[in-house]
Amino acid sequence: MRHLLSIEDLDRPGIERILDRAKSFTEVSEREVKKVPALRGRRVLNLFYEASTRTRSSFELAAKTLSAEVINFVSSGSSVEKGESLKDTVQTLSAYRPDLIVVRTPHVGAAELVARWSAAAVVNAGDGKHEHPTQALLDVYTLRERLGALDGLNIWIVGDVMHSRVARSNILAFTMLGARVTVCGPPTLIPRGMEALGCAIRYTLDELDEADVVYALRMQKERMTESFVPSLREYAALYQIDGRRLGARQVLMHPGPVNRGVELVAEVIDSPQAVIGQQVAAGVVVRMAVLYELLAGSSGRAGIQSRLVTA
Amino acid sequence: MNPARPRVGQGAEPLVQREQPVADLLIRGAHVVDPRAGIDARHDVLVRAGMVAELGDPGSLEAPDGAEVLEGEGRHLFPGFVDPHVHLRVPGQEHKEDLDSGTRAAASGGFVAIVAMPNTDPVVDDATVLRSLREAARREARIPVGFLASITRGLAGEALTPMAELSDAGALGFTDDGRPVHRAAILRKALQYQRLCGGVLALHEEDPSLSGAGVMHEGEVSARLGLAGIPSISESTMIARDAAIAGYEGGRIHIQHLSARESVAAVAEAKARGVERSGDEREARGRISAEVSPHHLTLTHEAILRAPNAQAGEAGRGGGSGLDTRLKVNPPLRSHDDRRALLDGLRDGTIDCIATDHAPHAREEKEVPFEEAPMGTTGLETCFAAVYTELVVPGVLPLGLVVEKLSAGAALMGLTPPRIAIGRPAAMCLVDLASEWQVGEAGYESRAENCCFAGRTLRGRVLATLAAGAVVYRDRAFALAPA
Repeated sequence: MRHLLSIEDLDRPGIERILDRAKSFTEVSEREVKKVPALRGRRVLNLFYEASTRTRSSFELAAKTLSAEVINFVSSGSSVEKGESLKDTVQTLSAYRPDLIVVRTPHVGAAELVARWSAAAVVNAGDGKHEHPTQALLDVYTLRERLGALDGLNIWIVGDVMHSRVARSNILAFTMLGARVTVCGPPTLIPRGMEALGCAIRYTLDELDEADVVYALRMQKERMTESFVPSLREYAALYQIDGRRLGARQVLMHPGPVNRGVELVAEVIDSPQAVIGQQVAAGVVVRMAVLYELLAGSSGRAGIQSRLVTA
Repeated sequence: MNPARPRVGQGAEPLVQREQPVADLLIRGAHVVDPRAGIDARHDVLVRAGMVAELGDPGSLEAPDGAEVLEGEGRHLFPGFVDPHVHLRVPGQEHKEDLDSGTRAAASGGFVAIVAMPNTDPVVDDATVLRSLREAARREARIPVGFLASITRGLAGEALTPMAELSDAGALGFTDDGRPVHRAAILRKALQYQRLCGGVLALHEEDPSLSGAGVMHEGEVSARLGLAGIPSISESTMIARDAAIAGYEGGRIHIQHLSARESVAAVAEAKARGVERSGDEREARGRISAEVSPHHLTLTHEAILRAPNAQAGEAGRGGGSGLDTRLKVNPPLRSHDDRRALLDGLRDGTIDCIATDHAPHAREEKEVPFEEAPMGTTGLETCFAAVYTELVVPGVLPLGLVVEKLSAGAALMGLTPPRIAIGRPAAMCLVDLASEWQVGEAGYESRAENCCFAGRTLRGRVLATLAAGAVVYRDRAFALAPA
C-alpha cells in the first residue's frame, strides 16, 4: 500500500494487519516516556483545509509518538487565502520533502490529487463527503476491542448519511469485515443509489432493536436551513438515540463532536454502552499503525527507497 | 410567416470563414457514403473550382491539368460533418480556445461547418458584438462558422435580447446555452418574437432548483463518491415544460445535449403530440428537434469512479485513476439505461443529430478537485472516431446512420446540409476507418486538452477535409497559416 485514500485501498488482511499493529502500540501510551523511534527522521506534513480538532491532533500525536517530525499547514492565514491552487500548494510544500502528507479538504478526491502531485505517501483524513478511512479503521478497532470479530454483527448507521464521509468509509470497512450494515435517516438525507454500497436502507428506527451496534452521525444545524429536515425538533423526535431506544446489549458509537440533545442525549452518551471515548483513544494508536504501515511497512520502505533512487 | 424558416440570408450570409483557394482535385476510388444522396458505393469524385463536378465509377475519371489527386482506395468519403453546438470561447476567453484553434480542431475532425454558442465574455447579446465576432471569423476561421445569439441579455434570464436586430446581423438562432431559460414567461416571449425574426431557439434544459449544486449524475456512483447529484428529472421536466410552451405558441425549438432516458421520452411525446395537432407529420416533427453528444452516447457515470485498486498516479483508462475532471460535463454522463435510451432515440429519429458540445477549458481550470472544475469536454477532434469505435465497430449503430446524424444538425440550424452531389459545393471528409490512434498522443489542434476520451485508442482517422469548396485540412496539416 502506497497511500491510504479510501478503505478500498485495503483488503481484509490489510485492515487486520493495521489493527493488530495498533493494538501493539497501546503499550507505548502506557509508558512513562511515550515515544518510540520507529519513524525517527521522517517528515509528516499535516495539510488541513478544514477545521479539525481531534483528527489533526491525533495524527500529530501519532506521528510524534513514533518520533517523526511534524509540520502543520492550515489553510487559514496561508497562501491558500491568497488564491494559491491546491496543486501549487502541494508542489510548494513538497519542496520540504515530506515523507507523508495527511490531508483533509472539503473536496471529494482531493487526497488523490495530492498523491498524484507529490512523491510523498498520502493519508486521506477526510475529502469532502467522500471518505475518512482512518475514522473507519479506528471504529473497527474500537468494535473489535469491545465485541471481538465483526462477522455477523448488525450495525445501524443513523442520521445524515448524505453528507457523511464517515458513513461511506464505515459502510465499506464494516462490510469488508463481515458485518451487515443498515443506514437509517430521513429520506432527504439518504442519497439515491446508496444501496449500491452494500447496505440496507431504513427510514425509521422501528427495527433498531435488531442492531448490535448503533452508530449515530452528527446532525449539522445548517441542514435545517437547506430544507433537508423541517426542524431539528422533529428530527430528534424521529431519529434521536435515547435511553428508550438504545437497548442494554447494544453498543453506541459516534464520530464526534456530538450535538447533545439532537442525535444523542446525555443519558446514552454517558452510559456504559457508549464507546465514544474509546473511539478517540483508538484514534492515536490506529493512526500510528497507518503511519507505520505506509512509512516503515514493507511496501512503504520500498517506496522510500525508490524515491531516493530517483531523487 | 413560417417561424421554422430563419430570415438570415436576407441581411447577412449565415456562415462566415476565411477566403481560401477553391479546390481542383480528384478523389480516386473512395467508398462514398452519403445517405442523403442515396450513395453507398465506390466512386471517383471530381471537384472543380470547389464544386462537385463529376461522380464516376472507380478508375473512370481523369484528373484535369493542375488538379491534385487524393487516393481514396480503401478509404471512405463522407459528406462533411456539421456541428450545431460548439463553444469557440471568443470573445473574452481566448485562453481556452480561439477562432483559429477551434476551427482547426473542427477541420481535423471532418467538420465543414460549426455553430458557436454565445456564452462568451461579453455575451453575444447585441448586434455590435455579433458583427465584430463575424468580422473576426472572416479573418480567422478555417471552416464556415455560424453564430447563435443569446435569448436573454447577459444570459441573465430576465430580458430578451434584440432578437430581430441580431437576426439581421447574422444570428442563426438563439440560445442561453450553459443555462436554462428558467422563467417560462421569458421563453414564451422569445417564441412569440421568433415569428418576427425566425431562427431556432436552442435550449439547455435544466431546472436549477433540482440540479442545485450537483456535479454529476445522481445515482449509485454519486452516492458512493459523496458528490452532489444532478437528477435526470432536472432535464426532462424542463423539456416537457418547454415543449408545451412551444406547442402553444407554434414555435420551433431545438433541445440541446439530451442525456437522460426520461428526456428522450419527453421529446418523443412532444413530437407525437405535434403530429396529432397539425396532421402534417414532416412539418410537426420539425418543430421540436434534439441533439445528443458523442460522450453521452459512449460513456456513463461509472467512468468517473476510481478504478478498483488503482493507486493514484498510475495511468488508468483515460490517463487518470478516477474522478477525472475531463469527465465532468453538463448535462452529466448518466447510467447505462440512459445511454441505451439515447441510442434508441437516435435510431428511431426522436433524436435528430449528433452535436459535440465542444467545451474547451484551460489546463489549470480543470486541474482542481472534481467539485471545483468547470463542466465540459472538448469533442470536435474525437467525435467521429469515438462514435465509430464505440458504436459502429461493435455493431450498435450502422455507419450510414452515424454519417447522416453527424451532418443533420445543418438543417436544424436552417443551413443546407452537405451532399456529395454534382453541382454542390465540396463539403466532405476523407476518412481511413482502419487507422488507429491514441487520443492526445500527438497533442490537440484545440488550445484545450480536456478531452473525455484522452488516452483511448480510437479507430477512424480523418485524412482530409474539404469545406466550402476548399481543402482546409489534409494529412494532419492545414492549407493556410494562422491569420
